[in-house]
Amino acid sequence: MAGSGIGPVLGPVLEIVGVEVSFGEVTALSDFDLALESGEVVAILGPSGCGKSTLLRAVAGLQTLDRGRITWDGTDLAEVPVHRRDFGLMFQDHALFTHRDVAANVAFGLRMQGVSLPVRRARVNELLELVGLAGYGPRAIATLSGGEAQRVALARALAPQPRLLMLDEPLGSLDRQHRDELADELRRILQQVGVTVLHVTHDHSEAFAVADRVAVMLAGRVAVIGTPPEVWHQPRRSDVARFLGHANVVTVGPAGAVRWGGRLGTEQGRVLVRADAFRRAGSGDRVSVVEVVVDDVRFRGDRYELRVHTDPGRVELVVLDQSRACRGERLTYAIDPAKVVAVDSGQPDGSA
Amino acid sequence: MGRDRPALSSTARSWSPARWSARLAAVVVVTFFALFFVWPVAGVIVEGLGSTGVDPIIDLFASPAFRSVLWFSLWQAAVSTALTVAVALPGAGAVARLSFRGQRLVRAMVTIPFVLPTVVVATAFEGVFDRFGLTDGDLRLHHTAWAILIAHVFFNYAVVVRVVGAHWAGLDARMEDQARVLGASKPRVFAAVTLPRLAPAIAAAAAIVFLFSFTSFGVVLILGGPARATVETEIYRYAVVRLDLATAAALAVVQLVVVIGLVALSNALERRRSSPEPVHGVGAARRCGLGLAANLAVMGLLLGLPCTVLVERSFSTGESSGGSGYSLRNYAALLDRVDLLPGTAVAALGNSLMFAAAATAVAVAVGGAAALMAAGDRSGPVRLVDVGSTLPLGVSAVTVGLGILLVLDSPPLDIRTSIVIVPIAHAVVGVPFVVRTVVPMLRAVNPHSREAAAVLGAPPARVRREIDLRVAGRGLAVGAAFAFAVSMGEFGATSFIPRRAETLTAPLALFRLLGTPGAVLRGQAMALAVVLMALTAVVAFAVDLLGDSRKGAF
Amino acid sequence: MRRNALLRRFRLLAVAVLTVAVTAATACGSDGPSSMEATTVTLLTHDSFNLSPETLDVFTARTGIKVEQLAVGDAGRLVAEAILTASAPLGDVLFGIDNTFLQRGLDAGLFEPYRSPRLADVPDRFQLDPEHRVTPINFGDVCLNYWIDAVDGAPPATLDDLLDPVFADQLVVQSPETSSPGLAFLLATIAHYGDEWEDYWAGLRDNGVAVTTGWQDAYYGQFAAGGGDRSVVVSYASSPTAEVLFSDPPVDTPPTGVVTAGCYRQIEFAGVLAGAANPAGARALIDFMLTPTFQNDVPLNMFVFPVISSATLPEVFTAHATRVSDPLMIDPAEVEAHRDQWTDRWVEIVLR
Repeated sequence: MAGSGIGPVLGPVLEIVGVEVSFGEVTALSDFDLALESGEVVAILGPSGCGKSTLLRAVAGLQTLDRGRITWDGTDLAEVPVHRRDFGLMFQDHALFTHRDVAANVAFGLRMQGVSLPVRRARVNELLELVGLAGYGPRAIATLSGGEAQRVALARALAPQPRLLMLDEPLGSLDRQHRDELADELRRILQQVGVTVLHVTHDHSEAFAVADRVAVMLAGRVAVIGTPPEVWHQPRRSDVARFLGHANVVTVGPAGAVRWGGRLGTEQGRVLVRADAFRRAGSGDRVSVVEVVVDDVRFRGDRYELRVHTDPGRVELVVLDQSRACRGERLTYAIDPAKVVAVDSGQPDGSA
Repeated sequence: MGRDRPALSSTARSWSPARWSARLAAVVVVTFFALFFVWPVAGVIVEGLGSTGVDPIIDLFASPAFRSVLWFSLWQAAVSTALTVAVALPGAGAVARLSFRGQRLVRAMVTIPFVLPTVVVATAFEGVFDRFGLTDGDLRLHHTAWAILIAHVFFNYAVVVRVVGAHWAGLDARMEDQARVLGASKPRVFAAVTLPRLAPAIAAAAAIVFLFSFTSFGVVLILGGPARATVETEIYRYAVVRLDLATAAALAVVQLVVVIGLVALSNALERRRSSPEPVHGVGAARRCGLGLAANLAVMGLLLGLPCTVLVERSFSTGESSGGSGYSLRNYAALLDRVDLLPGTAVAALGNSLMFAAAATAVAVAVGGAAALMAAGDRSGPVRLVDVGSTLPLGVSAVTVGLGILLVLDSPPLDIRTSIVIVPIAHAVVGVPFVVRTVVPMLRAVNPHSREAAAVLGAPPARVRREIDLRVAGRGLAVGAAFAFAVSMGEFGATSFIPRRAETLTAPLALFRLLGTPGAVLRGQAMALAVVLMALTAVVAFAVDLLGDSRKGAF
Repeated sequence: MRRNALLRRFRLLAVAVLTVAVTAATACGSDGPSSMEATTVTLLTHDSFNLSPETLDVFTARTGIKVEQLAVGDAGRLVAEAILTASAPLGDVLFGIDNTFLQRGLDAGLFEPYRSPRLADVPDRFQLDPEHRVTPINFGDVCLNYWIDAVDGAPPATLDDLLDPVFADQLVVQSPETSSPGLAFLLATIAHYGDEWEDYWAGLRDNGVAVTTGWQDAYYGQFAAGGGDRSVVVSYASSPTAEVLFSDPPVDTPPTGVVTAGCYRQIEFAGVLAGAANPAGARALIDFMLTPTFQNDVPLNMFVFPVISSATLPEVFTAHATRVSDPLMIDPAEVEAHRDQWTDRWVEIVLR
């Protein structure tokens, strides 16, 4: 494995190799592999119950492993107890100490390190300012809004300058607007601090907004990993594509034949036709043309999201269109071949 | 909902703080109870039934008189408990949720009845009955079951107010607000949102009240009159008056079985209902003029009236000449030695304080450890601790007291006559208060808080201190206040334990002052009772201050 | 710092527990009577036992033996506990067993016979045990008391008077099951009426006798002394003395009077406990209890009469103490044989 040995490391700092954790019958992590570079922000994106939180707990040392190992700078963490790992963990429910005020929450980790009071004070102020809560020190936890509580939790996790910061659904309990706002801010803060981050979320816009790399996690293991554009554009697996919200996974027959009668310029197998691949066909379009009937129209701000079915073939598709359409209207689209990617290559049925 | 927390409570493999300290705590708790509770009780039962086997128990149940005694014991305890909870629950809410001046004082004051010797309370009650014409006629309360019930509410009001109140204060008030916004009426919110979350604390308080009433001795005999009999008074009668240890032991077994069953039931309820609060917060404190006034009125009437009678009597002097006036003479007399006592009443108060401080320390340490065990784990042996640590409240003082004399009689543990046995015997009764107030609070701690502390660099023992101890601070304070009051009021087994003349305590001095006729003695006894009350309130107040963990710790 | 304060509190508790535990462990070696040094004698007694502080110092000065006093509850508890712990006695001398429970103690073999040379000064009528297992120390009489101002017309003079309608709802007595004077009064009626005692009590019940559990709730609860509405109570012949001695403001005549007919005599005894660690010291202490030093100190500390003929009573005591000329008594053996049966009958007649 790369990254073993002493001294400055060029390879990954955190390595998770073949980790398995199960609770009775339920397997939370199975043969899980992941490696993080120093200073990198990696988001683990997955649906509820896919084992994301268990992963964080395992890395933090709150959960023992059934198999596999987790190393930091090449050192196996198995024998390192939770409080000696120098990691930060921010819980979804923020788990703030409600019997202490904001400043005391933020100062907690520093106190554990035996940092002197003046230094603590300065650092707390610095962090509260960083998370946009300057002057909140004496406030009681019960008086904070959800977003404020999350910021305090973040400040608390960052205060002791952890080697690794883990965020468990940090924005999960917030409403949409706060979430988007805070996601941008989170990105800014993490960049400013330059800490290595393992970020768990079920919300792909949050993951894409915050992370350098995104790992989509399904059924206890990493399905796809890459930069946000890579993952979004090349989900590689149909289940990943569906989880990311891509609706149009289409089976392509020999010589590019599809059920609606036309042809896609791809090889036989499954492909993802991204919703933005559709363009109202002009008279010159001959290849990759599809005729559809509109079932439903939703306004999405900058464009319309159309639910359509092909006729012939009755394949249901989702189409993003600049122009409006009416229910029942017949439209003809041309498909941009650049926005069609193969999925489940080598796997006859990846959607299982 | 986008949250998955599979390991929140799942397996033994999950992280849990301080295994070694947990083991140490277990050793302390188990040793304490084995030595000072289980062994003595077993000793009495073996001594009594060793040669006869279970025959005396079978004989008991064959007797209709015993069956009615058992029924009355259970009935009066159950009704006392229901009444106490019903009367005191609004008080608990007021103390927990309303914000008013002198709140802490009210919390401290309600603890007062706890330390008052039954004889004193009985005379105070009779004074009240007298004034309202309730000693005779249709509305007679004297020597009725009602007198027992009212006195039990009087004594135990504080248990519900403080145990439930401490828990209530820790609940997130925003949930109620949420429900109100969703259109629920106030009573509906209480029934649907507040009550279920209070259930563990109510179960805990009700268990204490039930056990206290079930083993109540003085109240039953003095206020209920000598014609009343409960399992507790019968144990005393057979063990001490009749010296029929076989029957006494049989009764003790019946009592033990009933109490174990009830405690297990209450604990199961407490356990099933308790779940971590997502936010352990207060929400905005509110004012509510009417509700508060109503509560204070109830407290004033129920607790204040009998206490006022005592205060009035303590100032009243010059009765021997017919007309009486008021002066501080009775209080000044506390500093003088009367021939009937080995020391002054003030010295007796000093002794009481010393014993109570030691007993409280032991009760808090042992009870705190037991609570940590009981709240942390759900395995069989731990449940045993959970149930076992509450039992001393429900087991006859006669059984424990005589048991201690029976078994702790040979080296290396011949401490029957040692001075340390007094605080230990007090602590045995004090521990259940600590356990029962702290456990529901610990169960309400969000496990993520502990984990967050660990991740932030707190070693296991530190997690205990920084999280559990602080969250349970108020519970510990409540438990400590009761343990203190229990000791100051000389509950339970201590009256059976021989004690040195020079360590005369205040309740004993009081009893002796009231044991000989004379207006001076009576006045001094009343003054002593009032000082005992005041002292208890002051200590409860101070402990409350200490236990208030809501301040920031930088 | 708050945290440090908390920490200190916690440590303090831990230290307190340890201290108690260690004291408990070490106390074993030094406190038990079995290993008691010969220069100490342990006096086991009841809560009402009291002396002037200097009295026992005289004993120590004379003999070099220190006296440890241990008190347990009332006389009934004292005897019960002494019997339960007979195999490992709590002390060397037991003081406080009276003639109503004497036989129980004798039957249980509680005492070693000891004939004090000082018994010569004690009238024979007090020496109930011919084997001298116990030594009489003091005596008193349980008598009906009346509140002078509350009695209309003549006060009661005999037990029969209480059956008079004039005294309807005027008498309050204690239950013989829970109260020592209550038992004494029951025995008085049995001694006086013989087999007709049950009729007497039925008559009292019909005349509205009230029953309390103990002396306090009778005297201060229902009797006029505590503001109650009953004018006659079962108390002691010495009670009026206490009323004068402890009056406020000082008065010359007691507010109560004694019915000298139908009094029951209680004699209190001391004995050397079988298995005593220091039997020689125990005997010396019993001798001392019959000296004028001890006997003269008894009246004002316990409101009872000394048994030795040569005792000098304090004037304040003699001025108001009522001498009962012909007190009632039942042989201790007969009391023991019938006590439970009598009290059972009494409960049926009076309480059911």
